[in-house]
This record gives sequence, C-alpha cells and structure tokens, in this order.
Amino acid sequence: MAVIKLSASKIDELKDVCKSFNNDKGELINVLHKAQGIFGYLPAEVQEIIAKELKISVAQVYGVVSFYSFFTMTPKGEHPISICLGTACYVRGAEKIIEEFKRVLNISVGETTPDGKFSLACLRCVGACGLAPVVLVGDKVYGRLSADSVKEIVSEYTK
Amino acid sequence: MHVLVCGGTGCHASESDKLLSNLKTIVADKGLENDVQVIATGCFGFCEKGPIVKIMPDNTFYTQVKPDDAREIIEEHLIKGRKVNRLLYVNPENKEHISDSKHMGFYKKQLRIALRNCGFIDPENIDEYIAREGYEALGKCLTEMTPQQVIELMKKSGLRGRGGGGFPTGLKWEITSKSVSDVKYVVCNADEGDPGAFMDRSILEGDPHSVIEAMAICGYCIGASNGLVYIRAEYPLAIERLKTAIKQAREYGLLGNNILGTDFNFDIELRYGAGAFVCGEETALIHSMEGKRGEPTMKPPFPSVSGYFEKPTNVNNVETFANVPVIINKGADWFSSIGSEKSKGTKVFALAGKINNVGLIEVPMGTTLREVIYEIGGGIKDGKEFKAVQTGGPSGGCLTKKHLDTPIDYDNLLASGSMMGSGGMIVMDEDDCMVSVAKFYLEFTVEESCGKCTPCRIGNKRLHEILDKLTKGNGTLEDIDRLRNLSKVIKDTALCGLGQTSPNPVLSTIDNFMEEYIEHVTDKKCRAGRCKALMQYHILSENCVGCTACARNCPVNAISGERKGVHTINQEVCIKCGACIEKCKFNAVVIK
Amino acid sequence: METIKINIDNKIVEVAKGSTILEAAKQVGIHIPTLCHLHLHDLNIENKPAGCRICVVEVAGRKNLAPACATECLEGMVINTNNIHVLNARKTVLELILSDHPTDCLICAKNGDCELQSMAQEFGIRKIHYEGEQSTYREDTSPAIIRDVDKCIMCRRCEMMCNEVQTVGVLSAVNRGFMSVVAPAFEMNLDHSECTYCGQCVAVCPTGALTEVDHTNAVIRALADPTKTVVVQTAPAVRAALGEEFGLEPGTLVTGKLAAALRRLGFNYVFDTDFAADLTIMEEGTELLDRLNRHLNGDKNVALPILTSCCPGWVNFFEHQFPEMINIPSTARSPQQMFGAIAKTYFADKIGVKREDLVVVSVMPCLAKKYECQRDEFKTNGNPDVDYSISTRELAHLIKQLNITFNELPDEDFDAPLGESTGAAVIFGTTGGVIEAAVRTAYEVQTGKKLDKVDFQELRGMEFIREATIDFDGLPIKIGIAHGLGNARKLLEEIKAGKSTYHAIEIMACPGGCIGGGGQPLHHGDSSILKARQKAIYSEDASKVIRKSHENRYIVKLYEEFLGKPCGELSHHLLHTHYFDKTVEIKVVE
Repeated sequence: MAVIKLSASKIDELKDVCKSFNNDKGELINVLHKAQGIFGYLPAEVQEIIAKELKISVAQVYGVVSFYSFFTMTPKGEHPISICLGTACYVRGAEKIIEEFKRVLNISVGETTPDGKFSLACLRCVGACGLAPVVLVGDKVYGRLSADSVKEIVSEYTK
Repeated sequence: MHVLVCGGTGCHASESDKLLSNLKTIVADKGLENDVQVIATGCFGFCEKGPIVKIMPDNTFYTQVKPDDAREIIEEHLIKGRKVNRLLYVNPENKEHISDSKHMGFYKKQLRIALRNCGFIDPENIDEYIAREGYEALGKCLTEMTPQQVIELMKKSGLRGRGGGGFPTGLKWEITSKSVSDVKYVVCNADEGDPGAFMDRSILEGDPHSVIEAMAICGYCIGASNGLVYIRAEYPLAIERLKTAIKQAREYGLLGNNILGTDFNFDIELRYGAGAFVCGEETALIHSMEGKRGEPTMKPPFPSVSGYFEKPTNVNNVETFANVPVIINKGADWFSSIGSEKSKGTKVFALAGKINNVGLIEVPMGTTLREVIYEIGGGIKDGKEFKAVQTGGPSGGCLTKKHLDTPIDYDNLLASGSMMGSGGMIVMDEDDCMVSVAKFYLEFTVEESCGKCTPCRIGNKRLHEILDKLTKGNGTLEDIDRLRNLSKVIKDTALCGLGQTSPNPVLSTIDNFMEEYIEHVTDKKCRAGRCKALMQYHILSENCVGCTACARNCPVNAISGERKGVHTINQEVCIKCGACIEKCKFNAVVIK
Repeated sequence: METIKINIDNKIVEVAKGSTILEAAKQVGIHIPTLCHLHLHDLNIENKPAGCRICVVEVAGRKNLAPACATECLEGMVINTNNIHVLNARKTVLELILSDHPTDCLICAKNGDCELQSMAQEFGIRKIHYEGEQSTYREDTSPAIIRDVDKCIMCRRCEMMCNEVQTVGVLSAVNRGFMSVVAPAFEMNLDHSECTYCGQCVAVCPTGALTEVDHTNAVIRALADPTKTVVVQTAPAVRAALGEEFGLEPGTLVTGKLAAALRRLGFNYVFDTDFAADLTIMEEGTELLDRLNRHLNGDKNVALPILTSCCPGWVNFFEHQFPEMINIPSTARSPQQMFGAIAKTYFADKIGVKREDLVVVSVMPCLAKKYECQRDEFKTNGNPDVDYSISTRELAHLIKQLNITFNELPDEDFDAPLGESTGAAVIFGTTGGVIEAAVRTAYEVQTGKKLDKVDFQELRGMEFIREATIDFDGLPIKIGIAHGLGNARKLLEEIKAGKSTYHAIEIMACPGGCIGGGGQPLHHGDSSILKARQKAIYSEDASKVIRKSHENRYIVKLYEEFLGKPCGELSHHLLHTHYFDKTVEIKVVE
C-alpha cells in the first residue's frame, strides 16, 4: 500500500478546495491553481489527493500539471525571480539579464538557491513592454533593467 | 475636476499606485475631496512615458510622474491653476512642451474604438462605464432588435476576429446561432500569449465592462446563457478588475436572470489559463477549460458546432468583443466606413522594441507601417536605422523597409508573409540579427508546442537546431534549403494554427534577409554582432589608455596589459560576455 | 443510407455520408499509409488523434494537406493521395519521426513486427535529412511490461486503450512539445502504478516502445538443466493464434502442431492449461452453486452476483480500483495457477520429483500472467507454482530459435494426465466462454438433469456487455458478460449501487477475451483476426466428444485420488486464493 504524507490541516484545506468546485473534474485547472496557492507547489501527494477527490486518474492530473508551465512540482524560492522573455524584452537585452542572474545567484533557470531564498524562472510577456527588459520578483515588477541592476535587486532581498 | 492616474501594468510597475495614494492623501489634506476626484484608470497606451497623469477637464497630460510629484501637481495645477511644465511631454522635434495629448505625435493618428474607455474611466466603477453609453447597446439589442437583426448588423459592419485569424465575427455568431442545442456557450479568449502583445490585458484592466456587455450581446444572438472568460493566470490585475466588473454587472441586473426586464438570462464565469501559449487556439482553449491538457483537436467539428463539453461554443477574443457595443450604438455603416476595403475598423497594436514611443496604439486598418513607426512611434531609438518590424508574434513574420508604405490590414500582412496575429509589433534596428530573431521565435514555439503532432513536435525542434547551427557559424548552404523545405512541410501538415504558422518567422526572414543567412554561412559573420560565436572582441590600440577597467571586470581574466599600456584580449579565453565593452569609457573595445 | 460522390485520384467514388477520406479510399482499393490511426471495427474501438500526419492527402481548394483518417468527405471533394506534394510531405514527416527514434532495429524486440519499420521500408527511406537531438527517457521494467519510451512516437494508442477502453488510467500524455511522451503519473515505473498488466497497450503499440518482459532465455536454460524436470502448460487461446506467427491464416487451429513443437523444444511433459480450466469449472461452479443456493435460501450474508476470477488483469483491476468489493469475485485461482499448484503437488509426487526440481512453464496469450505467477500467495517456501510464463509471441520466437519448422510438424497429442481436457475448457479462450463452461456443469449439478444442447448461443458474441437468462429447470439464472475493463467497470458500478440483478458475471480484461490478449500475435488493428480466432475456439469445442468439465475423466480421477471434493479442504488450500486492497492510502503526518 502506497502511503502519502501530508499534514492533516492542509489535506482538509485541499479537500475543501475540491469541494468548493463540486469535485468537478472539469475544474481541475482551477483546483490546481488553488492547491499551488496552498502548498507553494504541487508535490505528488497533492496530485494523488486531487485525483481521488475529482475521481480521475492521477496520471491524468500529472498529464495536466506537466503540460502547463505555471504548475511546478518543485518548491519555489522565498523570492521567486521571473525574467520576462517576451519579444520586446528579448530585443532590449533580456538574455544578458538572465546570464547575470545566473551568475549572481549561481543557479540555472528552473532552480532554487540552496538556502531556498531565490528561484529563477523565465516567463513570456507580462505586458509591461514599455519597461523592457522586465523582471518580476514575487509580484513586484522591475523595469528598464541593465546587467548592472541585477546585483542591486538581489541585494534588496538579502539584507 | 478629475485626476486620472494610469493603473495599467506598465505604470503600476513604475509606482503609479504610490503616486495614486499620494494624490489622494494630499487632496484630502487640502480638503478638496468634494471638488477633485482622483481615479485609477486603465492604460493610456503611452507606456514609454509612464506613469501618466491626466487632469480633466483641461486635458493636461503629465508624463513620467513620480510619487513625489503629487504635491506639486495639486498645489500648482489644481489649486493655483498653473501647469507643471517640467512634467509635460516634450515634442522631440522642436523641444516644445505639449499639454494636450491630442497634439502629440503618439496620439494624433490614433483612432480609439476598442480602447475608447481606457484611460478615461475608472474600470472599477460601473457608473463611469454607463455614463459613456455603457450597456446601451445591450439594452438596444434586447428590447429593439431580434438576434438575427443583431447578427445582420454585425455581418454588415465587417468586423473580423482580432485574435489573429480574422474570421468574420457576424458569420461566426450566425453559425453558432444556427447550431441546435439546449446549452450553448459564449467564450472570451483572454489567453493573450504572443510575447510582446498586451492589448487584451489593457482592455480588461481598463474597460472590463465593454467585454462583459459584448459577451451578453453575443449570448443573446446565439441563444446562450453561459459565458466563460478564459484568462491567463499571469494577469492578476485584469482578473481582479474583471471579477469586480462582473459583480457590479450582476448587482445592476445586467448579468443574471431577466436582464433589463426581458426573459434573457446570461452570466459569466472565469476560467484560468496556466501558462500554455497553444491554449490561444480555440480547440485547445476549450480542452483546457474542460480541465484537460490544452491539446488542439481537428477542425471540423468547429467549436460553433461542437465546443465546450461538446456544446456549440462561440469563441471571440477580448479586442473583438470590445468593438461590439460601439458598433451596435453607432451602426454598421459608421464602422465599415473606417479601415480598408476588406478589413474594417481599427486594430490595436502593442508597439515595442527599438522604438521611441513604446506603447499601446489603436489605428484605422490601412494605416501604413511608416505612419505607425515614424509618426506614432516617434522613430527608432537612439537614432539607429530601421531594419524590420515583426508582426503576428511567433506566427508572424518580418516586414522590412520595402513594406513601410504598405497599408496594414489582414490581407496585406498575409501577402507580405506575415500576419495580423493578435497585434504585437516589435520594431528592430540594425543591431538585431535576423537569424537570431528567427531562432528566438522557434525557441518559443518549441517550448510551447503541445507535442501532439509530428511536424510541430519534431519539425520545429529541427528548425531550431538548424538555426542554432547557423548562429554558431557551423551552418552550410544546404541547411538554408533544408530550413525552407522543412518549413513548408510543417506549414502544410501541422495539426493546428500554432504549428501551421510556426515556420513563418523562418520563411519571412529567409525571404527578406537571405544575405544575412548566407553571411552566417559563408563569411561566418553576423552583421548585427548578436551571434556570440561569430564575433571577437578586440581592443583598439589607438583608443586604449590602459585604465585597466576592462581587465578588472573580465570574469575570466582574458585581458592582459600593463597599467597605462595597451591591453589585449586572449581570444581563446574570452567568453564574449561583453563586460569589457560596457566598462570601457574610451570606446577602445570593438566587436569584429 | 445517404451517400455522396467524391473524386479520389481521378476515380469517382460514392461513399456513405460521414465517411472519412481514409475509409473512402479503402473502398476503391487505395491504401493510404497510417501510423497513429487504429480502428478495431468489430470492437468499436477507434484511435484517431490525427497526430502523426502520415496519412495527409491533398484536398483541392484547401490551403493545407488534410489527414485522411480524420477528414470527413464532402460532396464533390477532389482528393489526391499520391502526387509529389503529398509524397514529399509524408516522407519528410516520416523522416522527422525517424530522426527522434533509436535506430537499433536489429536488436529491437519488435524487429520484423514494427509498423514504423515497415513504413520506412515501404517509403524507401535511405537517409534521414533532419537529424538532431533525440529525446531520451529512463527505461522501465515491470514484472510483465517493458517501457522503452525512447521509441514512443506519440500515436497515443496505448493511452486510448488504457483510459478509454480499459479505464485503468495508468497512462497519460505527459510534458509537452519535444519532451511529451506517454507515461504513468510522475513518470514512475509501471509497478508503482495501478497497472493491471492487461497488456492492451503492448498489443496496439506500433513500435518497440511497449513490449513484454521476455522469459525465453530462462526457459531455454531450464530446459538445458539436466537436474530439472520441465513441464509446460498452454492456454486455450494460444492454439487459435500461434499459427499467425508462422504465416498461417488467422483462425487456423494448430493444437496438434503446438503440442508437437513443445515436445521438440524439449519439455519433459507437454500438458494443457485446458485441464486446469476444467478444474476451475469444478471449483468455481461449485462455489457459484453454493452461493446461489444459500442466497436462494435467504442467507443475507451471501453476496451475489459472483464474479469470475480467472483473468489476472481483472483481478489486478478490482484490487486497485474496487477494494471494497474484493469479497465478491470467486476465490478460485486462475487455471494457470491451479495447474501450477496441482503440478507441483499431485503430479510431482506421482513422478517422484521434488518440488524444487520441477519447473512449470506456461504459454499464455496474456502478459498479466507473468505478474500473477510472481505473486507471493502462489509460492511455497519461495518456490512459485508456475516458474515462467511466456506469451504466444515468445513461444513463436522459441520455436524459430530452435530451428523447428512449425508448419511441417505432425499433429500430436498432449500428455496425460494433465493434458486431457473437454470442449468446455477450450472456450475459456474467448469472451463468454468461461461462463458458458460453468453453465454446462452448474446446470447439470443443480438440476440433476442432462443438458440436451451444450451450445449457449445467447452467451456468445463480441458485444462488450452481454446478458442472458438461462433456465435452470424453472429457475431463471441471470448471467452478465463483460470484456474490456471499461465495460467491467460499468457492471461493477451497478453492483456497487445495488442495482445489479445478475447471479453471475464473467469478466475478461481484454477485448475479445484471451484471444485478444496482450501476449497474442499482433493484430495491427485488424479486428477480423480476433473474430477468426473466436470462431476457431468454438470449432475446437464443437469437435470434442466430451464438452462438459465434470465429465473429464482425469478431473474425476484427480478428485478421487487427491483432492477429495470440489471446494474441499485441500482445494481450498491449493486452488483458491484471497485478494488485497491495493489502493493508495493517505497517511496524515502532523
């Protein structure tokens, strides 16, 4: 018998989420959004529970989770950094910003720093093309960046 | 008096929220609450100069306003009636201050239909929408017109889908209305995914009610009482504004049962995207709304016959819907008088890239590229030379100097090897390498391909690999032929619109910039200096003063030289990061 | 029927409205190549994701090429299936597939039986013009099935089988783009999933991405070991399909040649699982009647319907998905396991061989049997009742490897005593057969009367869910039959909801029953092959003199000499089993 380990209160919270969507399998993506909100990511255990509640196969849940880039199975850093790779940002030098973040944090895109403080991701167009190149730290938008500003941004969060 | 503060994402990122609260506090401090209303609006479009503040009724347009400027605006302008000159827009040609936006080059050629309310109203207040003829069109449809009459009007107006394909909207509604079913759906596609396009976001943030009203009208026409908005989860502000608007519309009886006292029922729910570009394709979008992987399926059956949970479903995008209420109010003839022969009305473009006035613009169909780039966009940044403009995002292609005087509409763009797409318009200058640009788009498509069909799953990967080979200087002339043949087969055989258009950036750059491709192969040269593998950094002995700044900043210690002596770069060690060129104050480092 | 006229390759064809271009082309003898498409007409199973894009054709007036499998013909359509435009596109698409496919064909399990390989051959591919990175994944070996997903071409047939037909839901497309592939949840191994090992994914996989675990070498080693006595049992459905591997027409019965081949392979005793099938009827039939009579006498503790339990895929299915119902199926072991248990006790004693020195090999149309024989409850001191289970396909490989010219073999008989069987046992190989065999015996035992006619046509056929009421001399017995696990699920849901009115239900995991098992020669989408096998099975039954299990004289003798009576104490120990709840438990940790 396979065993799932999660705290009871969070499991209840998750089940309530499913229930709030009438355990309707058509609401899978909405449920996953909420679940990621609760846990910060979507570990296998969470997907098992969702599958059970919505009465679908866990393979189907994973099929969906692995399809959409918004969903992740690894915990993000305390300050998730997302670099916009939209075209406007690209032509205004987003690639250099990525390289600099990789160098400063010493991690690759998709990774989290060992201390769990930062994670690095790319996303496509946040719609702030006027400020290109743009980076998000959490919900905060930083615009008109140059490679030099990377260190400053990181140091804002390491104080 | 009204003080309108742009609350769009761009300005928001430049602390317009702080500016807004400062303005409000100071207005309160001065006891002006009864005379002055401070309102957060949607996007004004002129993102380059954000945050924007507009004072009504005298139409003063302040640019790049910082939170600390709030006091001066209130004390000088509102109280003393003196405009704050330093915050006014400066005409780049004659350096004169311009106070009213309609005299600015950026706005002069624009005609705002879809964006008519963005920047004018508080998107979180339904009364402001209603004050500008909001929900009049819905009332007119429900009480004075039959669904068929509305459909006829839409057909006559010539409105075509603004999401990219350009399918006639009225015709789409008619087909869905004729599908027989107990349940039908109206879906608003707000999964704006083209990198570099943000018009749907701006409309939802700035004027959410226009979309709600149009969806209800569509529901009335096709016989649907359920509306769904499929919106990107990456748009939290738009989601919030939409939720607020739906709530208000329900409170006003404009959504729900027996709307405006008729027997028409209609309500709207939200569905969230989760980061998959392919979900902009309507069948994929529908599968995603059903909680599945966003994989497209074969058409036919079209969603208008069998869509969401196999029910007839009418899918239109945000901008298309935003046009609808105005068309009803002002009539089909008015709308069809705007634009070109086969493309009626206006189109919103997100103008970005190497251009002076980055922002959101709306122009009549048929406006030329030259007008957009030089008059509205204010020309190329830093005085560089225009090279190309990419339209249609990853599905589109590049237009070049020879297309500058081509009127922009659906058919002309297609004929030029590009497409309208959702309206991203990325301007490129001489520093952009067209092979790299094609590679950039292919990288996007490879990442966003759903993986269902062979041509898109493997074919695009191969295209990307060949392009990568070219940018590394390892390409052959046969590779260019292979790119062409493979691109054609992918266009011919891919399952959905994403795959069928994904080779467009390759084909259009080959067609327009063949010489750059050949240079990458035969001369191992990238004229834009973008392809790292094809460039070398050199220090000009005549300019080098031996300040050692480059050597100190080189991350791999590739630069050597005595203090006050000429430095040199060891090409075998150099990783071409560009740190030396950035640090050199004497223009001594050059790329060859 | 409404028809329309279309033009294919300059031929005017009249086709039924709603036909696809592929179907229309077939009508006029135009073969359009397909890869992902799969249509088992007789079973009403269809897979057409239109994903591979091999079957594209040119439709006049259309901007793009259209996939023939999923494009509906419209009145007046003009179609070209073979001009240079189409051929270039098809060839390029095939080269793309090959560019992301290992080229280890010579040592691939599917060598010679691979649809992709045949297509490359047909298309005359000599060079892949678009080589590049290949997607690589971890290989997954479970007790029955090997997943070598590097060879997956995303045809999605397995996914369709696993989800739509079987409703097991183990496989799903995962990831996206170039990295997309069909896999279990979290890309874990199959043995961490709820896989039933029914093998239907393997049965439809066009390439070597899904294959069975091969035990032929272990069998060869056992045969070569002078200290071992090796016996073989062969399942009913094998004899109706093995011939296909040697070029014989589908539906050719090769029972005699099969026995001869097994003898030439060197097995010391060539036995027949059919013997154990007769034994199963004795045990399961007795259990059925016991439960039925207790129920009729008002015993509230007896649950009906009773479900058959000879299909190991089905057993895995309810252990994972319906744990609350593990008391409903019969406790009788499958014929394979009954055979093993008897062979390693009764028969081993008889010939004076120690259990450890007796090797039991089974030849099965099934992959779940590979898992079944490894279950702990079928072992004594770690020694399994059945040592190796090989599929019909593996047996064919063995025969070929050992230089045996199968088609020229004489017909031979199975050995006694475990090779003797009745017509009732043979029909175990098809859907409806087990319950028909049970009825033949149960009727006579219950009523004490002889059956005039042993053929129960009402229980036969290919419909997924069938039902019939059999008159047990005034007592109407309501029988249900389902094949394909998705259909089994429907009947189980009925039982769960308390709406089921059946007394007994036969369930087979594979569509068609064992004739369509995951270990059978590949049908490559031709469902008429299954029908031919079914016909062969019934004809073997009809040709038998003894057609009721309880009349098998060796079975009677087995009870006399060894077991005592059906469902007696020794039977209970050797021939019955119990089931486990295999669902995922959610453990709460504070």
